[in-house]
Amino acid sequence: MKKSLSLFVSILLVLVLALAGCSSKSSSTEEKSAGSKSSKSMLETVKERGTLKAGVNNSLPGFGYIDSDGKNSGFDVDIARAIAAGVLGDANAVEFRPLSATERFTAVQSKEVDVLVRNTTWTTNRDAEVGLSFAPVTFYDGQGIMVPKNSGIKTLKDLEGKTIGVETGTTTELNLADQMKAAGVNYTAQPYDNADAVIAAYESGSIDAWTTDKSGLVSRQSTLKDPEAHVILDATLSKEPLAPAVLDNDEKWKDAVSWIVYALIQAEEFGITSKNVDEFKTSDNPEIQRLLGVGDTNLGEQLGLPNDFAYQVIKQVGNYGEIYDRNLGPDTAFKLDRGQNALYKDGGLLYSIPFR
Amino acid sequence: MCFLAGLFFLRRGEEQLDKQTTSTPIWRNKKTVPIILQAAFVIVAGFALYFMITNMLYGLEQIGLTLGLDYLQLKASFPIAESLISYSPEDPYIRALLVGLLNTFKVSFFGIITASILGVIIGISRLSNNWLVNKLAVIYVEVFRNTPLLVQIFIWNFAVFLPMPKIQEALRIGPFYFSNRGTAIPWIQTHSNTGMWVIIIVVLAISAMVLYKLLMKKAIETGKSSYPFAASIASFIAGCVLLFIFTGSGPVHFTAPAVQNGTFVGGATLSIGFLSVLIALSIYTSTYIAEIVRGGIMGVPKGQTEAAKALGFKSSTSLRLIIFPQAVRIIIPPLTSQYLNLIKNSSLAMAVAYQDIVGVGNTVINQTGHTIETIFIMIAVYLFLSLATSLFMNLFNKKFQLVER
Repeated sequence: MKKSLSLFVSILLVLVLALAGCSSKSSSTEEKSAGSKSSKSMLETVKERGTLKAGVNNSLPGFGYIDSDGKNSGFDVDIARAIAAGVLGDANAVEFRPLSATERFTAVQSKEVDVLVRNTTWTTNRDAEVGLSFAPVTFYDGQGIMVPKNSGIKTLKDLEGKTIGVETGTTTELNLADQMKAAGVNYTAQPYDNADAVIAAYESGSIDAWTTDKSGLVSRQSTLKDPEAHVILDATLSKEPLAPAVLDNDEKWKDAVSWIVYALIQAEEFGITSKNVDEFKTSDNPEIQRLLGVGDTNLGEQLGLPNDFAYQVIKQVGNYGEIYDRNLGPDTAFKLDRGQNALYKDGGLLYSIPFR
Repeated sequence: MCFLAGLFFLRRGEEQLDKQTTSTPIWRNKKTVPIILQAAFVIVAGFALYFMITNMLYGLEQIGLTLGLDYLQLKASFPIAESLISYSPEDPYIRALLVGLLNTFKVSFFGIITASILGVIIGISRLSNNWLVNKLAVIYVEVFRNTPLLVQIFIWNFAVFLPMPKIQEALRIGPFYFSNRGTAIPWIQTHSNTGMWVIIIVVLAISAMVLYKLLMKKAIETGKSSYPFAASIASFIAGCVLLFIFTGSGPVHFTAPAVQNGTFVGGATLSIGFLSVLIALSIYTSTYIAEIVRGGIMGVPKGQTEAAKALGFKSSTSLRLIIFPQAVRIIIPPLTSQYLNLIKNSSLAMAVAYQDIVGVGNTVINQTGHTIETIFIMIAVYLFLSLATSLFMNLFNKKFQLVER
């Protein structure tokens, strides 16, 4: 008995020593990999893999949804395709991952997706604590509330005592609480795991109203059984700048994504579209030459992208205006006005940093 | 040559056997081998754990996240639809998680009670000689046991509760209201005298029990019954009536629900998420409990039934007094597993917008980015609820086992 005890103690000792040795060893490997982490950017990973993994919505018509051909389609999906065109030269080299509002950040943190283009609002907290980094805003939105037309609800005050559906894990959930408190309105918030569940509850009358970004309301209104029977209140509850997001601490990758978004905006400013981009290749304008990577300019190379990345983006996906019109513009069911999403020179907020 | 060498070794082996020495090699020693194997296992497991932890910490460091529980004190700022305690978006995350825990507890607690009642009834029905009752119980068990729980929850939510009338046109049956906002039932409401009532009721109950013991003792001594049970109950009721006359109010008020401006006022409102989960969980688990009860009853030797019959017991009385108490001993251990399953299955509540610990936890993760800490909190909650249930059931089990001589 005594013998086995001493044996056990000695084994324990060996174990402790082994663990201690292991810890000192692995801390040195940690340093090594910490040093190498800056050199291995997501940009390299994506190029080596040859495809881009993009986290998108699959249930928000106009932004991210599965169209009647079974393909991912929408404004956000086109932004993701533009990133693939810019980085890999092929707009179709995208692997789409449908994500719910609650899944999306974990998917970025765990590198399940390279970029998140899923009508995600840029906020301080997400930028800092959640570990994300945001590319330029692709869509300026604001939160609204949808109610049945015959409910007689016109303003926030009329929502006193009502039950309002929200999607969990969204900024709209938080804004609603803030705004209702400011307006002194008592209400019940009913959170749902996904937008489809909110709609199901709203259509059956289980909840009196529901809230999300106004573009989302317009988009989902078109899918209701009787779109005419519902109205979106005039009140705008918040600023919702929607932007593509990548993992924090990877400047190279963030720069690449950012400048692809800027290229979309800059192209519209110059009037370069997917149809006429080839004509612009011979342009004398040095600004256009720098954007398209012709002549002896190497802005693309500086970003770690192909020199003609902007050309590929515009040629394969189109400029910002084309993407907007294709998915949300006057020819679609949504007929969303450009509003804040017009170029700065047309009174909107879109402004590209100069390509120089 | 080889043969010779073999012979030589054989000889050596025999010599060693003869000597009965302790020189058995360490890898064949009966004492040391298990210890070495166990130590090896511990070392491998330790390394695996160590690797996983350092890997996690490294990954977190790479994306600039830090572990820590400080975030729990920050303002949650998201609303929760139903809560057992007062909660507003002004409260910290920790309170939001507590609300989630209590919601999980609420649905598990009532789920266990209804599942047990249903399970016992169905289990006994399966043994019934009545053909119809028997077959209905079989169909019930087979249908609900062999379909996924999540699907059942969805059916209750989307096919039963959502199509109910809107709250303005709520269906009224007696004091009950049914609508797709939820079901409202009459409920108790405490008032200023409730605390006093509770204390006095406890005192009355204890004195009634003492009276019962005294009278019973006297009855045994004298051989003449002085109706100990009736007397103690009567004394208890008399005390309550006196108290009612004295204070002019009962221990609690009952409030009936009503619909006002599109919301329920008074009574208690059960949300459709809660009802969907509660009913689905109860029915699903009751099928397993029914089979356990059936097995338990069939596990009691047939002689017991026959003996009871020979003594002239009605079949219901023999089931209640003879068969069931013995079956309980067989039933309790597997029953505990089913209770634990029910608690863990309640995490599916998220699918129908019932804000349990998983629902609230996911929102917290999404707002703060503290995935690992929050997941560990969820694990701790389920571990706590499960271990508490196990402990309680083990005590219960012990009590029943002791009755046996």
